[in-house]
Amino acid sequence: MTDTLLSVKNLTLNIPTGSGTLHAVRGIDFDLKRGETLSIVGESGSGKSLTSLAVMGLLGKSIKRQADEMRFDNVDLQTANRRVMRDLRGNRIAMIFQEPMTSLNPAYTIGDQLTETLLLHRKVSKSVARARAIELLEKVGITAAESRLSQYPHQLSGGLRQRVMIALALMCEPDLLIADEPTTALDVTIQAQILRLLVDLTREMNMAMILITHDLGVVARVADKVAVMYAGELVETGPAAEVFATPSHPYTRGLLRCIPQPGKTERGAPLGTIPGIVPSLIGEVSGCVFRTRCPHARPECRADIPLRGDASHEFKCIHPDGALSEEGEAA
Amino acid sequence: MLPFILKRLGLALLVAFTVSFISFSLLFLSGDPAAALAGETASGEDIEAIRRVYGFDRPMLVQYGEWLFSAIRGDFGESYYFKLPVASLIAERLQVTMLLGVCGITFALLTAVPLGVAAAIRPNSLIDRVALFLSVAGQAMPSFWFGLILIVVFAIQLGLLPPSGAATWRHFIMPTIVLGYYAMPAIMRLTRAGMLDVLNSDFIRTARAKGAGEGRVLFKHALRNAIIPVVSLAAVQMGFMLGGSIVVESVFALHGAGFLAWESIARNDLPTVQALILVFSMFYIVFTFLADVLNAWLDPRMRSS
Amino acid sequence: MTDATDPLYQEVQGPTPRQMLKLRALGHKGLIFGLIVVGLLVVIAILAPILAPHDPYEQSLMNRMVPPVFLGGTWEHPLGTDHLGRDYLSRLIYGARVSLLIGAVAALISGVIGTAMGVAAGYFGGKVDAVVTFLINVRLAMPVVLVALAVVAILGGSLTVVVCVLGLLLWDRFAVVMRASTLQVSRRDYVAAAQVIGASTPRILLTEIMPNIFNNLIVVITLEMAHAILLEAALSFLGLGVQPPTPSWGLMVSEGKNMMLFEPWLVLIPGAVLFLLVLAINLMGDGLRDVTAPEGRS
Repeated sequence: MTDTLLSVKNLTLNIPTGSGTLHAVRGIDFDLKRGETLSIVGESGSGKSLTSLAVMGLLGKSIKRQADEMRFDNVDLQTANRRVMRDLRGNRIAMIFQEPMTSLNPAYTIGDQLTETLLLHRKVSKSVARARAIELLEKVGITAAESRLSQYPHQLSGGLRQRVMIALALMCEPDLLIADEPTTALDVTIQAQILRLLVDLTREMNMAMILITHDLGVVARVADKVAVMYAGELVETGPAAEVFATPSHPYTRGLLRCIPQPGKTERGAPLGTIPGIVPSLIGEVSGCVFRTRCPHARPECRADIPLRGDASHEFKCIHPDGALSEEGEAA
Repeated sequence: MLPFILKRLGLALLVAFTVSFISFSLLFLSGDPAAALAGETASGEDIEAIRRVYGFDRPMLVQYGEWLFSAIRGDFGESYYFKLPVASLIAERLQVTMLLGVCGITFALLTAVPLGVAAAIRPNSLIDRVALFLSVAGQAMPSFWFGLILIVVFAIQLGLLPPSGAATWRHFIMPTIVLGYYAMPAIMRLTRAGMLDVLNSDFIRTARAKGAGEGRVLFKHALRNAIIPVVSLAAVQMGFMLGGSIVVESVFALHGAGFLAWESIARNDLPTVQALILVFSMFYIVFTFLADVLNAWLDPRMRSS
Repeated sequence: MTDATDPLYQEVQGPTPRQMLKLRALGHKGLIFGLIVVGLLVVIAILAPILAPHDPYEQSLMNRMVPPVFLGGTWEHPLGTDHLGRDYLSRLIYGARVSLLIGAVAALISGVIGTAMGVAAGYFGGKVDAVVTFLINVRLAMPVVLVALAVVAILGGSLTVVVCVLGLLLWDRFAVVMRASTLQVSRRDYVAAAQVIGASTPRILLTEIMPNIFNNLIVVITLEMAHAILLEAALSFLGLGVQPPTPSWGLMVSEGKNMMLFEPWLVLIPGAVLFLLVLAINLMGDGLRDVTAPEGRS
C-alpha cells in the first residue's frame, strides 16, 4: 500500500484581473500515497484552497490552470473530460468545506443530500442508499441517525452539519478526502472532536487526506506530511515530525512561534507575530516571496531560489540555518 | 406554520378593512356625489332630492358602515348607469380580466424565468445583454403605447391579429403580451439576481463536489432555491397586473373589469367605482397572502418554524 | 535591508474613493446615456419658448395632420401637425415641461412623505415600524391607476391635481427603501457612538443617518420620477389626467389614436419620446445605484 495516489507537479494558477495577471499559485509540487495525510498550511490568500479546488477540477472559469503533471491514481486530471471528472468527484475524491452552515442545500433534507451522492455514482436502490446514510451518520457520531434524515440543514447545529458533511464525503468510500479548513468555523471544543473523527476515519478506511489549515497546532497532531505555503508558493515541505523539529524556512519558524507551547512558551510572554504585509501577486513575481517580511532578507533573495534540502524535506531559502540569527526573527 | 398563516390572515383582513374605508371616504370626501349624479343642469332642489333618495345626507360613517355591511354580504348596491346590481356586473366583467391576468402572468413567467436563468449562467454574455435590454426597455415602455404599436403592426399593417375585442383566443394575444411584458422585467431581474447569488453559494460547490452534472446543479440545486422569492414576486405582480389591466383593456377594448372601471369613472358611477377599487384591492391582498403562504411552504426554514 | 528598487516592496497606489466613484461613473454607459438624455430634455423644457417653432396652442384648420418631414412634409412643421393643425414639434417640446414637472414634483412630494415614514420606522422600530409597515401594505393594496383616475375624475383634471394625487400615492417605494437603509445604518457603531455621547435624536437623524442613506434616496427619487411620468401619461391617455389643450405626451398619444389607422406617426412620435425620457431616467437611476453601491451590483 505504498503506491502514489495523487501526484501534482509544477501546478500554476493564474487569474486575469483588470490590473494584470494575478499569479495565485506558482509551481507547486506534492504527492500523496494511499492512506497518507498531507497537510497544506498557510495563511489566508496563500493559495491553499485554490490548490485543492484545482485537484477537484472545481476552479472558476476565470482561473487558468497549468501543470507538468496532475495525476490521480491512473487518471490524468489535466486531460480528463467532464464526465471522467464527475465520476471522480464525490466518488473517489471527496471534499469537505470550511463553512458547514452554508455548505448544505437549505431546500433539501439531510437524507436527500446524503443519498444523492451514492445514487449519482452507484446503481443502488433508494433504500440501500438510505441504509448507507444512516450507517455513516452513526459512524460520524450522530445519534438518532434515522430521524435526522428527514431534517433540514437549518435544524442542525454547526458541529452537526460538519459531521453531516463528513458523512456526505464518505458515502462512496473515497480514496482521497480533501478537507478545506474543516474546523475553522466551529467552536473550539467541537474542533477537536471533528479532527479526531477525521483522523480515526482515515485510518479505519485507509483513506488519504489533504488537510488544509492555517492552524499548525492541528497539523502536528494529524499529518504525516506537511506542505507550508506562502503567497502562492510552497516554501517548505517534508515529513511532519521533521518539519516541526527542524523548521528550515523563516516563514515556517515564524508560524511555529505563533503557537503557544506548554512548557516552552513563558507565561505572559507575547506570542510571535510576523510583521509586514503579503506582497501583491499581480504582475511578474520573482525571487523569494517572503523577503518583504523576512528578517534575514538580503539582495541575493531577489534571485529565484530553487528548492533545497534532501528528497523528503525540502525548503526554498538560501540561508536555512536557524543558527544564522534566531534573535533577529523574534521581532 | 399555522400560527404564521393565522397571523398573516389577520393582517390581510386588517389591510382589507382599512383599504375599504380609505377608498370609500376618498370618493366621498372629494366631492358632492349628489351634485355629480344630478348632472350639470340640475337645480338645487333636484340635487337635494337626490341626496335624500340615496341617503347622502346622513353622516359618512353611517353610510360607510351600511356600505361595508352590505359589501360583506356581496351586495355593492346598484349601478347608477347600468341600473343593475354592481356585484353581478363586476362578476360578469371579471372573467375577462382574470383570464387576461392569468395569461399575462404565464407569459411573463415563461419569458422571464428562462431568460433570467440563462443570463445568470453566463453573466455579460450575449443572452445576458439581450435580457438586460429587454428588461430596461420593458420598464420604460408605456403600456398603452406598446399596445397601440402592436395594433398598428400586427392588426393594421400585417392583418394577423384582431385589433380589439375579446371574442376568440386570438383577441387575447396582444393584450397578454402587453400585460405580461409589464410584469416581465421585475421577475427577470429577480430570477437573474437570485440565480447569480445561489450559484456562488457554498452548497452549489458542495453539489459539484458530489459529482453532480451541470444540469442537475442548475435546476435541482440552484433554481429550487432561487425560485422561492420569484414565486412571491409573481403573485404580487399578478395583483398589480389586475389593477393595471385598466389601461390594457381600454387600449384593446376588452370589456373586462378594468374597462368597466374606466367607463364607471367617466360616468360618475360611484357605487361601481367603489366596489371595483375594493375588488382590485382584495385581489392584491389575496394574492400577496397566498404568496406568503406559498413562500413559507416552499422554504423549509419557514415551513418548520 | 529594505530595498526601494525591489518590485515586491512597491506599494500599490490605489485611487481614492472619490476618484474610484468618478472612474466608475465615467465607465458606466447607462449612467452617461441617461444623464445626457435627461439633461438635454431638461434644457429643452426650460428653453421651450425659445426652441419651439410655433405656439403649441395655435390651431390651423387649414393645416391639419401635415406629415413630418421624413414622411414628405415641409420644414415649416418638422414633425407635422395634429388633428387641429397644431405644430407637433412645439407641442412635444412643451410636453417635456409637463412630464418633467409632474415627475419632479410628484417624486418630491412622495419622497418627503415616504422618507419621513421610512426613516421613522427604521430608526424607532417597534410600534412606529409596525404602523408604517401596515400603512405600506395598505397603500400597496390600493390599485394606483384606478384610485388616481377616480380622484382626478372627481376633483377635475388639472396639472396641480394630477401632481398632488400622484405625490400622495407613490410614497411606498420611498418608505420601503428608506426603512431598510435606516435599519441597516442605525445598527452601525457610529450611530451607537452618537447615542452614547448624548446627541439628540433629530441631530442623529440629520447628521448620522441621512447622509448615509442619501445615495439610496437619490436612486429612488429618479426611479419614482420615471414612475410618476409614466402614470401621468397613462392617466392623460385615459382622458382623466392633464386636460386638453395642455400638451401632455400621454394626451397626444390618445388624440392621435383615432387617426392611428392612417397616420400612425401621430401615436409613434409622442410615445417614443416618452419612452426615451423614462428609459433615460431609469438608466440614470440604475447607474447611480451601480456606481454608489458597487458591492450590491448583480
